[in-house]
Order: sequence, then structure tokens, then C-alpha cells
Amino acid sequence: MDYLAQQLINGLVLGSIYGLIAIGYTMVYGIVGMINFAHGDIFMIGGFIALITFLVLVSFGLTAVPVVLLIVLLVSMAITALYGWTVERIAYRPLRHSFKLAPMLSAIGMSFVLTNYSQVAQGARVKPVPPIITGGYTLHEGSRGFAVQLSNIQIIVVITTVVLLLLFTWLVARTRLGRDMRACEQDQTMAALLGVDVDRTISMTFVIGAALAAVAGMMYLLYYGLVDFFMGFVAGIKAFTAAVLGGIGSLPGAMLGGLAIGLIETLWSAYFSVEYKDVAAFSILIVVLIFMPTGLLGRPEVEKV
Amino acid sequence: MSGVSGSTSEHKPAAGAPGFASILQKAFVSAFVALVLFSLMIGIRTEAGPTGQLIYWTRFGELASLVAAVFVGSIAFELIRRWLGPIGAANIIPPFVQGRLSGAGRLIAPALLIFTFLVPVIFYNQRYILDLGILVLTYVMLGWGLNVVVGLAGLLDLGYVAFYAVGAYSYALLATTFGLSFWVCLPLAGILASLWGVMLGFPVLRLRGDYLAIVTLAFGEIIRLVIINWQSLTGGPNGISGIPRPTLFGIPLTPADDGLAALLGIEFSPTHRIVFLFYLILALALLTNWVTIRLRRLPIGRAWEALREDEVACRALGINTTTTKLTAFATGAMFGGFAGAFFATRQGFISPESFTFQESALVLAIVVLGGMGSQLGVALSALAMIGGFELFRGLDQYRMLVFGMAMVLLMIWRPRGLIGHRAPTVFLKKAKAISSDLVKEGQG
Repeated sequence: MDYLAQQLINGLVLGSIYGLIAIGYTMVYGIVGMINFAHGDIFMIGGFIALITFLVLVSFGLTAVPVVLLIVLLVSMAITALYGWTVERIAYRPLRHSFKLAPMLSAIGMSFVLTNYSQVAQGARVKPVPPIITGGYTLHEGSRGFAVQLSNIQIIVVITTVVLLLLFTWLVARTRLGRDMRACEQDQTMAALLGVDVDRTISMTFVIGAALAAVAGMMYLLYYGLVDFFMGFVAGIKAFTAAVLGGIGSLPGAMLGGLAIGLIETLWSAYFSVEYKDVAAFSILIVVLIFMPTGLLGRPEVEKV
Repeated sequence: MSGVSGSTSEHKPAAGAPGFASILQKAFVSAFVALVLFSLMIGIRTEAGPTGQLIYWTRFGELASLVAAVFVGSIAFELIRRWLGPIGAANIIPPFVQGRLSGAGRLIAPALLIFTFLVPVIFYNQRYILDLGILVLTYVMLGWGLNVVVGLAGLLDLGYVAFYAVGAYSYALLATTFGLSFWVCLPLAGILASLWGVMLGFPVLRLRGDYLAIVTLAFGEIIRLVIINWQSLTGGPNGISGIPRPTLFGIPLTPADDGLAALLGIEFSPTHRIVFLFYLILALALLTNWVTIRLRRLPIGRAWEALREDEVACRALGINTTTTKLTAFATGAMFGGFAGAFFATRQGFISPESFTFQESALVLAIVVLGGMGSQLGVALSALAMIGGFELFRGLDQYRMLVFGMAMVLLMIWRPRGLIGHRAPTVFLKKAKAISSDLVKEGQG
């Protein structure tokens, strides 16, 4: 029972990270209708920028952990958001009204570019970081010496995710930008006729998605203590799986899907085999899609003739 | 500089007002964006130090030169765009190229085929070119195979490499465990791969578009992960080595006494095997092409194209979409399996490394760049992609970077591929002139 509780906590934390990335996928899909394959790599770039900023700050003698973390968070969000903007501007905007496969292939190309760019720029080796946030709480002493642990970093990951989600929900539901985004999602031509700057709204979508991915990248760095240039691919696929599982285009769905994938992966590793955890996640995706072709919270697609 | 970027966001360049100032302004903005983007990633290099502690050093020289390059490049890009006129390069060149291609298309295909047949004769002593030719032909075959699924049936498959892997591992395992010959294994590999194609096809029957894409991607990953982890069967990450080389219907291509060279009474040369492999993959690729062309003329081929154009209409016309989709997956997978078996016998060694998502993406890029459904286009784009990829071999780690950039640029330049060929093979050749009384009666 204690073991299960511990795995649930771990799964929740992992799921939060996936959920943050998945929001970027689902948002872009909702508005532009394309799979942004480069999004996983944006997450990886976010991790790298967080790492570099952290190193620079520490070498300048800044040691107050909360201040350092806040600066790292802001810098990594800002620069990664610019990456998201640039990717959209270069690779997707010229293909906006092109046929459906073109932006997707362009995105795959962009993903190769980003992966190899960071390999060239930062080397192929894994970059380890010493644990920055340490300590934690023991929730429950088990009978056989097994204790349910809740570390501070886990708390921070979950709290950050929840705060960002609330902020984001507010942004979509209440602000001008959110209204523009929803309008563009419904009908871009009509939105443009009513005075919504479609280009700007789409750019902002990519910027916000990238900023959230940067947060996920930083959380990943803090939680696992390493980054490497290839981590964007697997995390990206998993997050996209989460987005599809939750029903692509639906924001709560993305978070729900992220949590589901995180839990499935952790529980599978805990009770069955670590090697097959990705197989389990993907298999469950396939099974869910067979019975619910539009995901958990997706709206059924209306077929127009 | 931030002020500059602020003012340009509202600045829309008026058409026909060249003004060098606006070009400079754009270049400054681009350079500023580049500066921010590269500041940390290029300007600072991190590496795990000798004690495991991360260390970093600065590279401001590289950063400065990159930003300068972006600045100059941006000016050059703008100037070229203005020089080419308001229509832009993307609209001027394609019709010309396309006109040429379609005009000479009838000649290109036979010429290319004859040239391909002659490659081993012309380049007999250049092993590198022969190897490259084999590689290109392998991708031509994979492209043609995937073309059945993506180009004809319009089903987006991001996990095509799974069938390639199934074919390769089927041959490797059957040959090393049971000692079956290549010619027995080849059809078996094809059958097994198409069986997996049907297995993938069943769950995705109801899915469309991007859901289909992600499920096929997941399927490809599942196959790869199972291959990596099922160590007792597949050897895991170490792969399978010592896969038997192909024989010319039982005659080995070795220097032994019963080898081909000895039988023909000629001096043995390792090139014989390369030439044999070249013609083998050429034959397999042509088989793929021939079958595809024939299938297109059959009801099932028509049904695939109808499915691609409009699934709802397709169903309304009484076409069984289930079998149509499944046959498309099975046929495409079968050719992938053949190519995989060939790959295994050519390499003599296979490992999961060869069957990553990058391969799927590469083959899909070949198909889309080739113009989705055009056989010649796929062949040409495979030649361009693989050949171009080889050209950059010297660039080493920059190779994938250049490849990715090329993919993006090609998509922007020709979103519908080199040969934008999407017209169904059947259509009314000419609008028939019919008398108006027929129309009134509703018979036109």
C-alpha cells in the first residue's frame, strides 16, 4: 500500500511535466490544426537554457536558491518562447494555407534542426547537475522500513504546474488574447474579418506553448538532474500521446492525458518491467483510441460532406 | 535595439516600396532575435568536467560571427526577394520546372531506368558509387512502398520503418535459426510484414488524420522497443550478426569452388556480389513499381484513390473502406518487408539502431517531396535526398542539421512536392458537349 502511494506520487510528478508539454501540442493543434513535431525539442532547449543560466548564475556567486530559481525560470521561459516564435515564423507561417502534410514535414525537419543544433552547440554528452533542491517529508513510515517520501522538488513541480494551469486557464477564458485564440480556433477567416490579428494570435500561441515547455524543461532538469540533446524526442512523443489521449484540442484533456501517461508509466515500471514502460504507454494510447477515437475529453469530429 | 523591434512589429512593408531602410531594419531585427536565441546556446558551452562537475566556457567569437551571418543573410534574402519581384521565387520557378518535367516526363523515366541499368557497368570499379546506388534504390523501394499507403490511399503512416524492421528481423532470424535461403525468406518476410500491416490496420480503421499519424508512430516505436528489449530473440541492442549473404539461386557469390566465379571460370572479385545486390534491389524496386502501377488500374487501386479524395463519398458509393484500408496497409507493409529483408542480407548485421523514427520521417519526406502518388517523383526525390545526404557526409555532425534545414526549405519552396501530381488516374478527359435537352431531362 505504501509502495503504491509512493508510485502514485512519482507518477503525478512525471505526469505534471508531461501535461505541461502536452498543453503546447494541444493548443497549437487546436488553432493551426498541425502536429508541432518540434515541440519536444523546444522542451529540450528549455532544459538546456535553464541549465546554462543556472551555471552562469552560480558562477557569479548567486546562491540564494529561490532567487536563482526564479531568474532561471524567467530567463528560460523568455528565451525558449523566442525559439517557439522563431520556429513558427520560419517553418510554419509560410505553409499556413498549404496542404495538410507540408507543415507537418516542415515540423519534423525543424525538430531535426533543433536536436542537432543543440548537439552541435552543447555536445552530445549528458549534462548532469547536482541536486539543487534537496530535502523532503516522510509522509508515512511503513512496516517493513519502507517510507512514503515526498521530496521538496516534487512539491515544487506539482505546485508550479497547478499555478501555471490556473494562470493559463484564466488567460484563455478571460483575457483578450484568450478570446482571440478561441476565435481563431473556431474560424480564422471570420476572426480576421472581425478584427482579430490572426498572425499575431497564432504567434502568441506558439510563444505560450514554448514558455510552458520551458517550465517543463526546467522541472525535468531539477527533478532528474540531467539534460541531453535527445531527450526532446521521447518526451515529445509521450506528451503528444498525452494530448491525443486527453482529446487533442482540449486543454483540461491535455493535463488529464499527461497525468494518465505519467501514472501508467510509473505504475508499469513499478509492478511489471521498466523496459516496457514506453510500450505500455503507447499500447494504452492505441487501446483508448480504438474505443474512443477522439480521446478522453475530445469533441466528436463532425464529418462534413 | 528593442525599440527597433517594437516599431517593426507594426510596420508592414508596402508592396513596391523597396527602401533600403526597411531592409536594414528587418536585418537588425533578425540579428537581434538571433542574438537572443544564440546568446546562451552558442555563447556558452557546457561540458561535464573531469570530476563530474559541470564546467562552462564562453564562445563570444562564434556568437558574434553567427549573429553577423544572420544580419548579412537577412539583407541578402530581402534583396533577392525584391529582385525576383513581388510574386516571389516560389511562384515563378515551379510552373516552369513542372512544365519541363511533365513535358519531358515521358523521356525522363525510361532514360533514368536505362541509366540505372548501366550504373554497374559504368562504375564497375567504383565501389562507393555502387554502394550509394544500392542505398538510393533501397530508399526508392521504401518510398514506393509507402507511397501506396500515403500517396494512393491517403493514410498518413509515421511508423513505416516498423515493417522495414519486421522484414529485416524476419529474414535475419529465419536465416540464422533455420538456415533458410534468401529466396525462401524473401516472400516470408513480405508476408510477415503485411501481417503486421493488417495488425496495425485493424485498430486504426476508425481513426483519421493526425490520430492515425500518432498511432502509427506509436506502433513504430513499440516494434523498436520490443526489438531492443526482447533480448533472447533479437539480441537486443547488440543486434543480429552473421546474416547469410544472398545467393544467385543457390550459387554463392564467394571465392569457393562452387561459387559463381569458379562456375563461370572467371576470376573472383568482391564486386560481383555488390553488382548482384544492385540488380537485386533494382529488381525488387521495379517489382514494387510495377505492382503499384498495375494495382492503380484495378478496382482496389481506384478505391484507394477514392478513399484519399473523400472517405465519406467513398463509403456512400458502396466501397468497403475496411478492406480498402487494410489492403493498402498490407501492400505497403509487404514492400517494406521486402526492402527490410534485402537490407538485412546486404548489411549482414542488423540492430535496432537502423529502425528509428528518423528513418520513417526520411521515407515519408521522400514520398511527400516526390509529390504524393507520383512514382517518378518518389524516385527522383529519393535520389535527391539520399544523394544530397551523402554529399554532406564530410560535414559529420552538421549533416543532420543541414538535412533538417533542407527539409524545411524544400517544404516551403514546394509544399506539394517536386512533381505536384495528385489528380486521380481516372477522370473525364474532356468536357463533353451535350445538347441542352439532355441536360433538361437530367441525363447529362
